Amino acid sequence: MAILFEYLFNGAVLGIMYALVAVGFTLFFGVLDIIKFSHGDVLTLGAFSGLVSFLALQSLGLDLPVVGLVVVLAAACIVTGAVGALIGQAFIIPMRNASGFNILLMTLMIGTGIREAIRLFYPNGANPKAFPALLPKTPIEIGGVFFRLDSIVLLGLGFGVILLTNWLIRHTKLGLAIRAVAQDGDTAQAMGIPFKTIVLATFALGSALAGIAGVMHGIYYSEINFSVGLLLGVIGFSAAVVGGLGSIWGAIIGGFTFAALQTLWVVVFPDASGYRDVFAFTAIIIAMTIWPTGIIAERYSERV
Amino acid sequence: MFIRAMIAAAVMFGGVATASAQTKETVKIAFIGPMSGGNSAAGIGGRNSAELAVRLRNADPASKYNYQLVPMDDECKPNVGIQVATRVSTDRSIVAGVTHYCSAVAIATVDVYHRFRLPVVVWGAILPAITYGNEHKEIHRVNGSMLDEVRASTSFLTGLGYKKWVIVHDTTDYGNGFLRFFKERIAETNAEIVSSFGVSADQQDFSAELLKIKGIQPQIVVFAGLTPLGVRIRSQMERLGVDIQYAGVSGIMSASYVEALGATAEGTVSVHNGAPAESLPGGRMFVEQYGKAGFTDPAEPYGPYAFVAASLIMDAVEEVGPDREKVRDVLNATKDHESVAGPITFDDHRHHAVASTKYVAQDGHWVRWEDSLYASGQRHLKGQ
Repeated sequence: MAILFEYLFNGAVLGIMYALVAVGFTLFFGVLDIIKFSHGDVLTLGAFSGLVSFLALQSLGLDLPVVGLVVVLAAACIVTGAVGALIGQAFIIPMRNASGFNILLMTLMIGTGIREAIRLFYPNGANPKAFPALLPKTPIEIGGVFFRLDSIVLLGLGFGVILLTNWLIRHTKLGLAIRAVAQDGDTAQAMGIPFKTIVLATFALGSALAGIAGVMHGIYYSEINFSVGLLLGVIGFSAAVVGGLGSIWGAIIGGFTFAALQTLWVVVFPDASGYRDVFAFTAIIIAMTIWPTGIIAERYSERV
Repeated sequence: MFIRAMIAAAVMFGGVATASAQTKETVKIAFIGPMSGGNSAAGIGGRNSAELAVRLRNADPASKYNYQLVPMDDECKPNVGIQVATRVSTDRSIVAGVTHYCSAVAIATVDVYHRFRLPVVVWGAILPAITYGNEHKEIHRVNGSMLDEVRASTSFLTGLGYKKWVIVHDTTDYGNGFLRFFKERIAETNAEIVSSFGVSADQQDFSAELLKIKGIQPQIVVFAGLTPLGVRIRSQMERLGVDIQYAGVSGIMSASYVEALGATAEGTVSVHNGAPAESLPGGRMFVEQYGKAGFTDPAEPYGPYAFVAASLIMDAVEEVGPDREKVRDVLNATKDHESVAGPITFDDHRHHAVASTKYVAQDGHWVRWEDSLYASGQRHLKGQ
């Protein structure tokens, strides 16, 4: 029974990271009907920005526990938010009326550019980098269930960020404007909503979520590498699609579903654990044939 | 007058030295290993060691040729390895190669070397099939195979009382090969493999596998793969409270394993075909010259074998000249050839067997088991 709780807990940590990536995809699709395939690599950029900021703090002798975490998260959010808005401003808005395939291909290339730039220009960028332990690793055992304090904090942080994003979308003026643009961009613009500013703000928000996911990933696995966002991007996109592209709650459900599928496969077939991604993606394909517009279908949900 | 004489002497000596270097034909030898990525520590150590062999030979006035090492990065990826192997093989100025640390790359490239008749000496890859799985006369190996390692680690770990094993292996030829040989070897003992987990070579999360292992409660987790995965698994074992003895094959035994894990690495057991350089017959000379050469990265355990592989090739070139087929024939006939790792003899599959050495991670270093605080009873492995 204790092991079952541990499976659930660790699956939840994995799920929350997938969900953060998936929410970004859903925001981009919600406001502009586009799929931004550079999202996974923006996550990598966030993790590396966090690492660089920590090294800078360390060189100044300011790598204190809480300060370190706050600065690393802030650096990751600022860099990824700025890069996300830049991609939107320089590439996506000018191509707004082009075919969706063109934008998909273009963002795929931008992602490759970001990934290769990290590999080539970061010192020894092709090698995995140790990520600093920014949270206490204190072991906690409750009724035979083993946790570590940093895992609990990360899970809480992930949920907190998602709830904050939901609040931002549902209960603020910015969120109202994002939802208006998502429903009908032209009408929103006619009503005086600054379309371009809102789109860029949405890109910055979605990309900052990827930055937070990148830092969480680094802290959880104690390591990052230049290609870490590649698979996470594909998983996040699959989670957003299966949950229902355009719906925040759909993205969250999709993220947790993917993590649950991976865990379930290893528990049932330990000798074939190498096939867990094959199983999870196959299950996603089957789910897509059953629910073509996602688990939370668009006709039942409000966009974003 | 004195100054003019000095200038004349300098010009004369300089001219002689230049003429000497110019009269020697330059012979190129390729070095291929992982010089970027998670296994780059081993690759760079191997490259430095081969480079050291070349520098020492070039400094020897009795040498007939001037040697040049051409280092290439295979990134420990089979597809990259094939590209690099093809590039090296089609360069007719390269006479032979010191090739590969990663078994998955080495096995993927054997046909390339055979097709282009390029003799190579493997310095780090240990999959038996690299030499035993073909009849290619171009492929040689100086660093033993995983059969040597499996034999040594099985008897060592079962001797310590670990009878209930779980094996986690990567699903490359390297990890699968170890699983197969461990299964064969364990079947001959009173121990058992209660479960095995195949994981992909770039997998990041092992929580599901490790929690399953936690439920199984084996006495030992044996990992068959390379350093990056070995580090992730050990680190996640600690995160998930999997308090079980951890052992790995030689693929994890690098300086980067203990550096990346810090105190978590303590007590990890490994078995390696490379003995500590100092304990090899010519180890003192190797360590001394490596230090003098000013390399900033360590030679790593397989470094001396890269040195031996380069030396064997240069000895063959000295004997028959820079001709690929002639060099291959000389290498094929290698018997009791003196080297820093002791006498080298190739069997009918051009393979040199070695006696594996047992190690334990202690205070941030890999220490030979016999010299460790664990063997003396001052520290204890988990479950002991």
